[in-house]
Amino acid sequence: MTEDPDRPGIVLTEQQKRSRRGRSIALAIVLVLLVVLFYVVTLVKGPGVLNRPI
Amino acid sequence: MTLANDGVKIDEAGTTPQISLASPRDFFDLMKPRVMSLVVFTALVGIVAAPGTIHPVIGCAALLCIAVGAGASGALNMWYDADIDAVMERTTERPIPAGRVTPGEALGFGLVLSVFSTMTLGVLVNWLAASLLGFTIFFYAVIYTMWLKRWTAQNIVIGGAAGAFPPVIGWAAATGGIGIEAVLMFLIIFFWTPPHFWALSLVRSNDYARAGVPMLPVVSGTAETRRQILIYAAVLAPLGVSPWLAGYTGLLYGAVSLFTGAVFLALALRLWRANDATMEAPAWKLFFYSILYLFVVFAAWLVEALLGLGGAGPGGVAAWFGGGAA
Repeated sequence: MTEDPDRPGIVLTEQQKRSRRGRSIALAIVLVLLVVLFYVVTLVKGPGVLNRPI
Repeated sequence: MTLANDGVKIDEAGTTPQISLASPRDFFDLMKPRVMSLVVFTALVGIVAAPGTIHPVIGCAALLCIAVGAGASGALNMWYDADIDAVMERTTERPIPAGRVTPGEALGFGLVLSVFSTMTLGVLVNWLAASLLGFTIFFYAVIYTMWLKRWTAQNIVIGGAAGAFPPVIGWAAATGGIGIEAVLMFLIIFFWTPPHFWALSLVRSNDYARAGVPMLPVVSGTAETRRQILIYAAVLAPLGVSPWLAGYTGLLYGAVSLFTGAVFLALALRLWRANDATMEAPAWKLFFYSILYLFVVFAAWLVEALLGLGGAGPGGVAAWFGGGAA
């Protein structure tokens, strides 16, 4: 996608775009890992995972 | 400061854009990875040494939560101490003083991780471990960082409790309770912390003085600090052996803790005998050795637990007197 210099707003530099992309990818990886973690633990603990005494 | 256009920050004048250049690596650095590694290791020992069994997946989930919780408290610490970090030579390259992460980003990161790690540990493992983790984060970020660090020379003595909790959290994750062995692990780290940090602060006292942090060498002088290091080392050395003496660990741990504790004491003694002109080398030596000491002592406990050599073996003094742990 090319930037339109006449477009209003802030135009990010290449470095800013790179760091934002890096943060987005890291966040996506963390979210996927979190889903996998909860999925696997649910399998390990069985259907009674939420049925626990406090 | 306002937010606009996908997190782009605009200053009060509304003219100069301040766009974050923080990389994932910067956020990782906010979590104090080196401290986190020690936390993970001691927590692992707490999990493995605990009686009974824990499913490996649950154990790994607990370790992950403890690691992230430790990282969260590190991020909150860096957020609050950014002014100190900026004037201390050792910390000027941290993400906030270096300008790579804004204080607001660090605060948000630390808070989100604190809540997530604690709640996840509670949901996936148990709520005692989660409560201990939450308390540890609070203790490190609020009691130590915001209160003790800038107020008293005993900052790292009391604040050391935060670093001593991980094996207890690990133990609680595995058992749902707290055993005497976990308390001994806590005490070992608690009494290890002051000589470890004071050895460093002896050679960095100018840094701390410039930042206005009342570390012991700054407030009471180097001679008193060396004396206090020796006192804590004299308590730590026998305390390190106490799990064996009480019959909770076997001969391997007893021999390792006895030898490494004696070396720790000898290095502290050498530092105590030094003077201001000659203390730098023995202080560095004690600082690096202290890291090795903690690692080796806990590694011995871990090995015994993995090999089933621990417990009230024949090496336990308590067993000699007909006692010892069941």
